[in-house]
Amino acid sequence: MATPTLEKADEAGAPEPGFADSPYITVTFRIRRFNPEVSEEASWQDFQLEIDPKERVLDALHKIKWELDGSLTFRRSCAHGICGSDAMRINGRNRLACKTLIKDINPEKPITVEAIKGLTVMKDLVVDMEPFFQAYRDVMPFLITTGNEPTRERRQSAEDRERFDDTTKCILCAACTSSCPVFWNDGQYFGPAAIVNAHRFIFDSRDEGGEQRLEILNDKDGVWRCRTTFNCSEACPRGIEVTKAIQEVKRALITRRF
Amino acid sequence: MSAETTSAGATANDVRLYDVDNPAPVIEAPRKRTKKTGRASRGNFEMQAWLFMRLSGIVLVVLVLGHLLIQLVLDGGVSKIGFAFVAGRWASPFWQVWDLLMLWLAMLHGANGLRTVINDYAQRDNTRFWLKMLLYTATVFTVLLGTLVIFTFDPNIS
Repeated sequence: MATPTLEKADEAGAPEPGFADSPYITVTFRIRRFNPEVSEEASWQDFQLEIDPKERVLDALHKIKWELDGSLTFRRSCAHGICGSDAMRINGRNRLACKTLIKDINPEKPITVEAIKGLTVMKDLVVDMEPFFQAYRDVMPFLITTGNEPTRERRQSAEDRERFDDTTKCILCAACTSSCPVFWNDGQYFGPAAIVNAHRFIFDSRDEGGEQRLEILNDKDGVWRCRTTFNCSEACPRGIEVTKAIQEVKRALITRRF
Repeated sequence: MSAETTSAGATANDVRLYDVDNPAPVIEAPRKRTKKTGRASRGNFEMQAWLFMRLSGIVLVVLVLGHLLIQLVLDGGVSKIGFAFVAGRWASPFWQVWDLLMLWLAMLHGANGLRTVINDYAQRDNTRFWLKMLLYTATVFTVLLGTLVIFTFDPNIS
């Protein structure tokens, strides 16, 4: 760990010999700023930071906001990859700022940070998530059952639980949906995240609303608009096989009919 | 409120800050999900179209590659193609069915592919509608004309 850091400190050409083993390097962050109260246009702004490359992009954003420019606006809540608030486009790829280490994204070049695409930018890195959550709500992401409620918990075998384990990991950060080229062009498409969360209940043995959810996703803006470009699987910070989940919903729709 | 929003938008050229009495204009999403989204269902059409693409694709691989092989490679290749060659092939019902199937599947497969491309890329509702109308017209015309020729082909035409 220490060796590459030392090398980078040397490359940065630390002026005084005393700083030779400092872990800090100079990194340029190129952030796409947008403030509708000042200008209709978004523009790129560079910030130079002395920062440890083992820190995360979110730490750099904090440093900029707290020490350089307090007007920089972004979302973050837990800052540890669980809340899904800080999905953003870093070096052209959707990632969570709180899970991306600076050393992993080539800090020798300027690191670009911009808002996720396909959703309306409100300010700087903050987008309007409402279309995203509306699609999420439309697939009814809650347990639907009939009959009397059992007095105990609803039992399920380990295999049945395993069936939809992958899609339970979604944190609704919108990294997948905002990396989908179909969603970029047509916000009417449900998007990968909504389908993943429908998948989580469609393949749950305890749930009885699968048929309704499949019917919703069978619509013209449902799963059939997926072009299997795999952007969503690549973007998912939780490593969910999103495209596979979408394909499984397609297969369920076809085998249900024939 | 809306009148103030408009006036603020009109003077957006000179840099000025908005405040409580003079709010920034609301930015609408390019194509918001509406209440109708996810309701107006067209039944199974999208699923059937998706399935048709896969199935017709498999059949077309055989039909088109066979067609290219016969027309361009075997028996002297492209130089043999002429009126007599076509007349000879269409004397047999087998090749009539082959060509008819290829015409229909290829045209519908291509048209459906273009339909999805238009759906994905045309931004305005009007553009999308008219592009699709143009596509459907061209498809119907080509399919009908080709079918007519295959069925009414007269080898003794002067």
